[in-house]
Amino acid sequence: MTEPILALRGIDKSFGPVHVLRSVDFSARPGEVTALVGDNGAGKSTLIKCIGGTYTIDAGEYHFEGRPVSVHSPRAASELGIEIVYQDLALCDNLDIVQNMFLGRENHRGVLLDEISMEKAAAGALESLSVRTVKSVRQRVSSLSGGQRQTVAIAKSVLWQSKVVLLDEPTAALGVAQTAQVLDLVRRLADQGIAVVLISHNMLDVLQVADKIAVLYLGQMAATVDRKDVDQQQLVELITTGRTGSIGIGSNHATAGTV
Amino acid sequence: MTSSSPSPTTDVDKPGDHRRAAEPDLAVIAATAPIEGGVGDYFRTYRQRVRSGDMGSLPAVAGLIVLVIVFWSLRPQFGSLANFSDLLKQSSPTIFIAMGLVFVLLLGEIDLAAGTAGGVCATLMARVSVGYGWPWPFAIGAALVAGVAIGFFTGSLCAKVRIPSFVVTLALFLAFQGVILFIVLNGAGAHGNISITDNFITNLYNGQMDPWLGWALAVVAIVSYALIKLQQVRSRSKAGLTAEPIALVAIKVAALAVIAGLAVYLLNLNRGGTGGSQLINQGGKLVLVKPPALQGVPWVVLIMMFFFALWTFVLSRTRYGRHVYATGGNTEAARRAGIRVDLIRISVFMISSFMAAVGGVLLASNTHSVDANTGGGNTLLLAVGAAVIGGTSLFGGRGRPADAIIGGFVVAVIANGMADLVQGNNRDSIQFIVTGAVLLLAAAVDALSRRRSGATGVG
Ligand SMILES: Nc1ncnc2c1ncn2[C@@H]1O[C@H](COP(=O)(O)OP(=O)(O)O)[C@@H](O)[C@H]1O
Ligand SMILES: [Mg+2]
Repeated sequence: MTEPILALRGIDKSFGPVHVLRSVDFSARPGEVTALVGDNGAGKSTLIKCIGGTYTIDAGEYHFEGRPVSVHSPRAASELGIEIVYQDLALCDNLDIVQNMFLGRENHRGVLLDEISMEKAAAGALESLSVRTVKSVRQRVSSLSGGQRQTVAIAKSVLWQSKVVLLDEPTAALGVAQTAQVLDLVRRLADQGIAVVLISHNMLDVLQVADKIAVLYLGQMAATVDRKDVDQQQLVELITTGRTGSIGIGSNHATAGTV
Repeated sequence: MTSSSPSPTTDVDKPGDHRRAAEPDLAVIAATAPIEGGVGDYFRTYRQRVRSGDMGSLPAVAGLIVLVIVFWSLRPQFGSLANFSDLLKQSSPTIFIAMGLVFVLLLGEIDLAAGTAGGVCATLMARVSVGYGWPWPFAIGAALVAGVAIGFFTGSLCAKVRIPSFVVTLALFLAFQGVILFIVLNGAGAHGNISITDNFITNLYNGQMDPWLGWALAVVAIVSYALIKLQQVRSRSKAGLTAEPIALVAIKVAALAVIAGLAVYLLNLNRGGTGGSQLINQGGKLVLVKPPALQGVPWVVLIMMFFFALWTFVLSRTRYGRHVYATGGNTEAARRAGIRVDLIRISVFMISSFMAAVGGVLLASNTHSVDANTGGGNTLLLAVGAAVIGGTSLFGGRGRPADAIIGGFVVAVIANGMADLVQGNNRDSIQFIVTGAVLLLAAAVDALSRRRSGATGVG
């Protein structure tokens, strides 16, 4: 079993009087898709933003590649190799795919932008994910479909050789066919040895693509289970009540499966 | 519960999501992919872009052609050589101010004080030149530095104090009128109306270059354009990337050569007319002396070309330009990408006020003078109109320096053509109404095309 590249222990996060995360443990391993599920308001996005440095944690340990680190800004996170693909994709409609993938980190020679090297690298990143839906990397993002936008956002993390990629509801706004494409992409991302964390509301998505499933319930980590150890019924129960059978909050094995 | 969380478990199709239902994505993209060889494919791509709402300068160019045809047929003098040269000159102050405004508009901001800021800089130049005898490099330099400083002040209020640019620049629009009045009424030299005596300054607007220089300039422009294009094609093909078809490059270069060549040829003809020849007694003989020929490309054309090349380069070839577009397209995305959005915001106001200063200097050069009204009146509105008519979006993210030039010509053609056409009392009133209507029309085209392309940022 590989060691987790990302390991959080006892994370607390409050917004004023609102205690959003309570002593949360969470980890992600290279080459695995770890799904993070939970009802609306369970604290999934908050946890992701703590990992990504948008929020700083109030208490708890943050380990990256076995070392304790402090991540106080998105910049610090991305320097470690942690990339968030946001729910509201952070893409500029008026720029093309290459320009978006290199935004803020453009290649340049002197004052001149080095368009050629950027275009080749962007095309290479898409190719490494076997993306065939995007033919021209010089297309404006405004002309892309929702699935293609997700594709661009995800490919960006490959381009920048991220080690951990956090995806917040990447399929929430997509139709059936495009959801399948994006899930495919998520899988291939993990196959490249990246630790992928996937937030989703959709049970079917999660069961289809995840290796591990972490269930947040009202700001607490109800359980972290292997995909093969649960079925849909149990998962729904975990999400809605925080426990199912011997797994979950109040049970003896608060974190069943292997962490 | 956060507003950003969509309802659970099902696939939600948000309105305004850019998905085209059920289509295989492949087909769409294949159709918009650029083109290995064919010129025909290129035009197909272009048509597609226009259809999706990204019309660029197309309406303005079409409008310009229609306007020229209409005015010319109604009044043949409109097409005279002298009027052609006048049009170029008359459009120049508007174009300079509009070029700066393009940067501000790219961020979705507005600079309502650009006109009067230009007025402050112009009156300052006149005061130090006339009142204190500063040589022209220092007088003009003072105007430009004042422009940059004004922009820094404006931009800081918007980016740091976070006052909406509309309010900041509306307040400054008013305040600057006071500053202009103060400058023309105080200090050494004439008060009220200051006549500019420096030949260099007055020649900026009114002078023309020697005919050979016009030709040299045209050749330099055409050759550099061709070289840049060819270099692009070569390096892209060498890297194995799709490049613009050579045939298309040839067409573009040829088109530029024809237009530039024709313009220089016409401007180098004597537009002074044949009248005014005089018989003069020279050492006992009567000699027919013609007045000096009025010919040559106006200097303003060189200044326009310079700033056009400069700002086009900055916007399309540098990281700074890329970051301006990104900030205008999606500020949040730009911020997350590590772009210093506040500095970008300050900088565009600095560029705007700097270009306003250039425009102000040209306004002063035109009339050989400044007074309390310099840079006031409809100066700003014409410049905003020029940028928007040219195809720069009021909503941010879309615009080019070329828009300012094309739109500036449209505005100048309307003013020039109407001034000849409508005489008498209602001349100004009709001109205001028509220009206002054209600006509204351009803004409507902008808003509609934006709705069509759905370029609203995401979510
Ligand atoms: N910036 C904030 N300030 C105050 N409360 C917040 C903030 N962000 C999230 N919350 C609260 O934290 C809880 C968890 O939110 P979130 O992490 O977005 O949940 P999820 O993504 O699982 O739906 C919600 O009750 C929400 O209202
Ligand atoms: Mg959420």
